[in-house]
Amino acid sequence: MGPEHSHVGADADVIGTGGLGKIDGIAKITGAAIFTDDIQLPRMAHAKLLRSPHPHARILSIDTAAALALPGVLAVMTGRDLPTKHGAIPVAQDETALALNRVRYIGEPVVAVAARTEAIAHAAVRIIRVVYEPLEAIMSIEDALDPDLPPIHPDARRPSNVLRRVHQHHGDVDAGFEAADLVTEGTYNYPGSTHVPLETHAAVAQPLPEGRLKLWTSTQNPHYVHKTVARVLGMPEADIRLIKPDVGAGYGGKCETFASDLCASWLARKLDRPVKLTLEREEVFYTHRGRHPTRMWIKMGMKADGTITAVDFKAWADGGAAASFGVVTAYYLGVFLALPYTIENFRFTAMRLYTNHPPCGPKRGHGALQPRFAVEVHIDKMAVALDLDPAEVRSGQLAPAPSTSVNGLHVTSTALDRCLEEVVLASGYSARRGRLPHGRGVGIATSVYMCGALHGVYPDDLPHSGVQIQIDRSGRVTIFSGTADVGQGSNHMLATLVSERLGITPNLCRVVEGDTDLCPVDLGSYSSRVTFMAGNAAIDAADKLRARIATTAAIALDTDPEALRFRDGSISGAMRSLPWIEAVQLAEAATGTLGATGSYRPPKARKAFRRSPIGPSPAYSFTAAAAEVQVDTDSGIVVVDRVWCAHDLGRVLHPQIAEGQIEGSVYMGVGEALLEEQQYDGGQMRTPSILEYRIPTVYDTPAIDAILVESHDPGGPYGAKEVGEGPQLPVVPAIANAIFDAVGVRMDHPPFSPDKVLRALQGRPPLGVPPLPPDGPTRRES
Amino acid sequence: MPQVQLTINGETISAWVADNRSLLDFLREDLGLTGSKHGCDLGDCGACTVTVDDRPRLSCISLAVLCDGRDVQTIEGLGRHDALHPVQAALHKHVGSQCGYCTPGIAMRLATLIKANPNPDDSEILSALGANICRCTGYTKILAAAREIIGGWTEPNHTPDGHLA
Repeated sequence: MGPEHSHVGADADVIGTGGLGKIDGIAKITGAAIFTDDIQLPRMAHAKLLRSPHPHARILSIDTAAALALPGVLAVMTGRDLPTKHGAIPVAQDETALALNRVRYIGEPVVAVAARTEAIAHAAVRIIRVVYEPLEAIMSIEDALDPDLPPIHPDARRPSNVLRRVHQHHGDVDAGFEAADLVTEGTYNYPGSTHVPLETHAAVAQPLPEGRLKLWTSTQNPHYVHKTVARVLGMPEADIRLIKPDVGAGYGGKCETFASDLCASWLARKLDRPVKLTLEREEVFYTHRGRHPTRMWIKMGMKADGTITAVDFKAWADGGAAASFGVVTAYYLGVFLALPYTIENFRFTAMRLYTNHPPCGPKRGHGALQPRFAVEVHIDKMAVALDLDPAEVRSGQLAPAPSTSVNGLHVTSTALDRCLEEVVLASGYSARRGRLPHGRGVGIATSVYMCGALHGVYPDDLPHSGVQIQIDRSGRVTIFSGTADVGQGSNHMLATLVSERLGITPNLCRVVEGDTDLCPVDLGSYSSRVTFMAGNAAIDAADKLRARIATTAAIALDTDPEALRFRDGSISGAMRSLPWIEAVQLAEAATGTLGATGSYRPPKARKAFRRSPIGPSPAYSFTAAAAEVQVDTDSGIVVVDRVWCAHDLGRVLHPQIAEGQIEGSVYMGVGEALLEEQQYDGGQMRTPSILEYRIPTVYDTPAIDAILVESHDPGGPYGAKEVGEGPQLPVVPAIANAIFDAVGVRMDHPPFSPDKVLRALQGRPPLGVPPLPPDGPTRRES
Repeated sequence: MPQVQLTINGETISAWVADNRSLLDFLREDLGLTGSKHGCDLGDCGACTVTVDDRPRLSCISLAVLCDGRDVQTIEGLGRHDALHPVQAALHKHVGSQCGYCTPGIAMRLATLIKANPNPDDSEILSALGANICRCTGYTKILAAAREIIGGWTEPNHTPDGHLA
């Protein structure tokens, strides 16, 4: 199959070069970047939230009289002021701006106060009296599955603490097990963890004189927040201007509309003055939307040569008190296991459950990461049991391109074979596995991830990404895009692709992004969709302008438009060339103001996906990782010395930015492997601060070798695919497999803390890992 | 409310501040120097790092009144686009800043280290960065930037207004 775009695999001048930073890098290193909390406006009031001390309780009364009497307090808001339900997914809208009648987790916002200063708002929140009637709390997966316990969302259309159960069977799993030489089962427990973006969530709302509203917010998804704020406030979308300023990262934690957005907006409109609401660090822990704690069971069949004959998989995910993206999570817990190996027989059941914990949501590798851990550790165990090299077991059955998995995931490009070779070679895996001194070990794992979803959150036929480009007669190129650069470098990506098409330096490009009054819609920075989708939209717009400029330049250069080269700031024919600015002005003189729009809509799913469109992506990225560890058998302390991570990103658009995404992914994987775990005492998060919730410092971070591998995807911009999430997926299982190589014990329940490692070395089961839950109710099949 | 007089990025500032005003709030809210960031307000993350008399200080847990008579440097005084401090230039070149929220604190921390010790070894670099959390980069590009500038720079020349000459 040939490339779908002429630019796939084409030579490039700007693409692939680096070493000069990012186009928006100077603002970040000089402190000039403006984040939401940096915004100061005249008459701006400050808001604070009062949060629930109960995991589950009925709100009997709220007494705000003392707070309102406090000098400087301007307004108080409760759940009744903004009762419209909202949520990330249209079929599961179960949140309100502030708790309405009932609280469902410790830390849920209940009351908002606006005051002249932040200190007054803080003082006012503390003298509000809320009377609660505690209710029985759903504190575990077992509780959520217990049909005798009440649903925490009793007013849902079909009340149940099972938000979604997904069951799929492809091929014939039982026949696959019969054909196997070895069939084994395993149980795995993956803990909850959270994003900890250094910038806390913040919003500044400003009423505009015409009755409209301007809202700056720290978000990954300006478009969805825009829609939600409009709907909840009862305003036309056109009357709200949502602006995403510089954002201090998200990693999935800033995909949704939060109390900060809705309360700042409502209070600003009530007071007719600007209102800022910035969360404190502890509040971010309660806002959460992080990794689902997931219990998993796997049964796998393998032939003596390592060929996987069948995979049967079950997952139970504790989703916390709100749906968030949980309907999607339930699918992601299963569907991606059909890759990156060719697996003909595959069955899974996944459940996303409600409990009275802070809501889980999408964290880097959303839903796909926990099952990948289980499968990659399990493959390692079976390979060892069959006396095979785990790397060869993997490399022998990688899905080729093009191919379609048994559940309809269409692989358009893959270089996973080369990724695996790279990490095996770099780590010396084949020669060193099993041969290092006791206490040292190497391990590997591979993975697959998506480049955006074929279907957006709302079912419609609209483009997923739009880009508008305007070329000024000064030669400056302005790119308007609804994307949200949250640090990953999407602004530089847009400038790179546009400047490549126009033959100019990226520094001539200005990117205006994340502003709903100025930019065409892009669905947002989630699902690793931005490079693939917004990148294609940018090329679409740039090529329309390139064609206009070429037409007039060809006349001036007395040649054919197709023969022109756009390169190094000039447009050249065989004999003569025009400087960029001259060519721009000739085109503007002949055809009028130079502007164009471009858009991207994913292709339709190729194969009817059994009862669900969730899982298919226009392209898949692939990763292989190797880890080297030291295990101290006296203390149980694991040190990860080095991680090699080779990622098939289709095409390198900017090497340092791409490497940075891999390095950040490895870092986050190391955190989840060794340190990060959310634990609760009766619904109270044990570690709601950066000191207590241990995240890796520079001391805890291994040497990281980011290896960029290209596969030139036929649908990607210049062949590019995602690099922001996929590289995290194989890191934790590679570390677990390395620990086995080092000391001969299997670590099936991250984080691999000293106590767990010591107990494993003593042949004892880990503490605090519960047995598998029952299969649960069979209703709500989907 | 006590009065303080201090130097901030070379400029003499005289102001009345409440006893409990943190240095970070004083810089951000009262003086509009928003480059230093709130990350935790507990001294856990390092995003608020400034220097006081050439020593790194977590401004979120420092009191403004205790800076009376002292010399405070913030990211705004470190360097500007046409005269970047070598730490900033190296962070830019290596893309040692992704979201950029930790960057002001890390740049101040590294600048302080290099000023005190132009040739730090790797353990000294790690020690300097140990109190600054970066959640984006895995520290890899930050360390690459730090290692590049070791020994290869001289003290920048400040003009009276605090900018680099």
